[in-house]
Amino acid sequence: MAATSAAELADLEGVATTATGGQEVLHLDRARYLEVTRALFEHGFDMCADLCAVDYLRHADRPLPDGVSPERFEIVVNLLSLERHQRVRLRVQVPETDPVVPTLFDIYPGTENMEREAFDMYGVCFEGHPDHTRILMPEDWEGHPLRKDYSVGRVPVQFKEAPGPR
Amino acid sequence: MTDEDLQAETSEGRQELRERDETGPAELAIEQGSFLRLPEGPVLDPGDIDVEFGEDETMIINMGPQHPSTHGVLRIMMELEGETVLRSKPIVGYLHTGMEKTGEQLTYVQGATNVTRMDYLAPLHNELVFSLAVEALLGTELPPRATWIRMLMTELNRISSHVMWMATNGMDLASTSMMIYGFREREMILSFFEKTTGLRMNHDYIRPGGVAADLPDGWEDDVMSIVETIPGRIDEYDEMLTGQPIFKERTEGVGLISPELAIAMSATGPILRASGVAWDLRRAMPYLAYDEVDFDVIVGTVGDTYDRYAVRLNEIRESCKIVRQCVEQMPPGDYRAQDKKVTPPPRARIDESMEALIHHFKIFTRGFEVPPGEVYQAVESPRGELGCYLVSDGSNKPYRMHIRAPSFVNLQTLPPLLRGGLIADAIAVISSVDPVMGEVDR
Repeated sequence: MAATSAAELADLEGVATTATGGQEVLHLDRARYLEVTRALFEHGFDMCADLCAVDYLRHADRPLPDGVSPERFEIVVNLLSLERHQRVRLRVQVPETDPVVPTLFDIYPGTENMEREAFDMYGVCFEGHPDHTRILMPEDWEGHPLRKDYSVGRVPVQFKEAPGPR
Repeated sequence: MTDEDLQAETSEGRQELRERDETGPAELAIEQGSFLRLPEGPVLDPGDIDVEFGEDETMIINMGPQHPSTHGVLRIMMELEGETVLRSKPIVGYLHTGMEKTGEQLTYVQGATNVTRMDYLAPLHNELVFSLAVEALLGTELPPRATWIRMLMTELNRISSHVMWMATNGMDLASTSMMIYGFREREMILSFFEKTTGLRMNHDYIRPGGVAADLPDGWEDDVMSIVETIPGRIDEYDEMLTGQPIFKERTEGVGLISPELAIAMSATGPILRASGVAWDLRRAMPYLAYDEVDFDVIVGTVGDTYDRYAVRLNEIRESCKIVRQCVEQMPPGDYRAQDKKVTPPPRARIDESMEALIHHFKIFTRGFEVPPGEVYQAVESPRGELGCYLVSDGSNKPYRMHIRAPSFVNLQTLPPLLRGGLIADAIAVISSVDPVMGEVDR
């Protein structure tokens, strides 16, 4: 891991930071999401490697640093600095009642597909996304399959008696 | 016999269409006959069809999901003006099988069998990234031999994937011989995989805690015969395709992408490297033992389809170099961590010890618990950055398993790559992005 952490680099104050296993994680709430991401982009984190959502419905007591109030959904963004060979991960708390976050499309156009997938699978909306549609499921699908309260579903199997010897 | 006589016997004359007055009446009649052989009933007069388009009219055309050269069930909607592509949009999801949801229902031991089916051309990379993520959460130390076996197998897998890409790319560009050759080379590697892992694809060979089995007896000879054959064959394909005028015309300057745009679109792998950015996770953020082997990162200069071909072609050579070093430096020792919590006991112990049998049974039925936490691990797959984001709640199943599929992200570069090109070039461009739909849709 690089000597300077991303939080120091972008001069972020008041952002809860953890580092487990050499991976730096910034814990944010929605209000500072766009501002912090833009600051990191301007300080060399030029690629958004990954964006996904997590539903913490059944794991609400996850360890979080002080001052971060757990919500049902989290948006997890992995930023990458090609120059400094450094990664940083943002975990944004998104409440269940109003699952809306601003889109990162204006900063990182490459998040287009990833945000559509997060919307498709979790129903988290990205405000300002140019093509806010489902991507993997059919357009008329009901529900968001990767939510924890969405059942797995199964195909009933009817076991038959084994055919006897001829 | 004079030269002239010989020529008269062997030459079949000019191959072009001859002048009309040179053609005999019988042949002309045949040509006309093809017009008259229309179905019975009213013959359609071409003048009746309205072929007039206004100045600003464009056409929307659907390519796929059943188009043979879209590499699976990729569907691309294109807006055309004449033959020029104006706008395009890849539409995916036809192969979606909910593998991330399935991954949450399977234990960590079973997880590798699930992820290996995503990118079916590089299954070992998927198993590797999943295992690395689980091991990062567990804090398991791997014996050096397991690390080097993983490196050997994934590099062989990279060769087979790139060779397979050259085969399908050749098919798309009407070089059918390349397709046959590519499959032949891939077969060599797959038969070594079969010997080692028991399966040609979807191996479940790299598992949390090490690999499933040690390399078979005489593996050095098998691997050396592969890396001694393939570079020579690659030189032949280089000769066959690289300087060939048709191939060059179809690829040079087609599907250009600038390094800035490639980074903004989060493109990784050969697409990013072909545009001139020397970004390879094996070099930039070494995992396994890539900091101990010598290899070059191949970069292009222009960022067109031809560069992407050249990058992949030369990466095969570099992978051969790495495989060679793996054979030379393969350390002795155990092929999996002797962590009683994670790996089953050796097979011989099961025959003599009841406790070992129970232990084995527990590992494969209940699995092992992973301490709570979250981790993101990334490896360089043949298509780019393959990442795994894993959240554990302390149980024996992942709470959330997200795979960052390189093809899924790289597909976003298609609209800028296709814009302004010809529809015939679209085939070459789609092929050069190398999407694997199993990974895109998961």
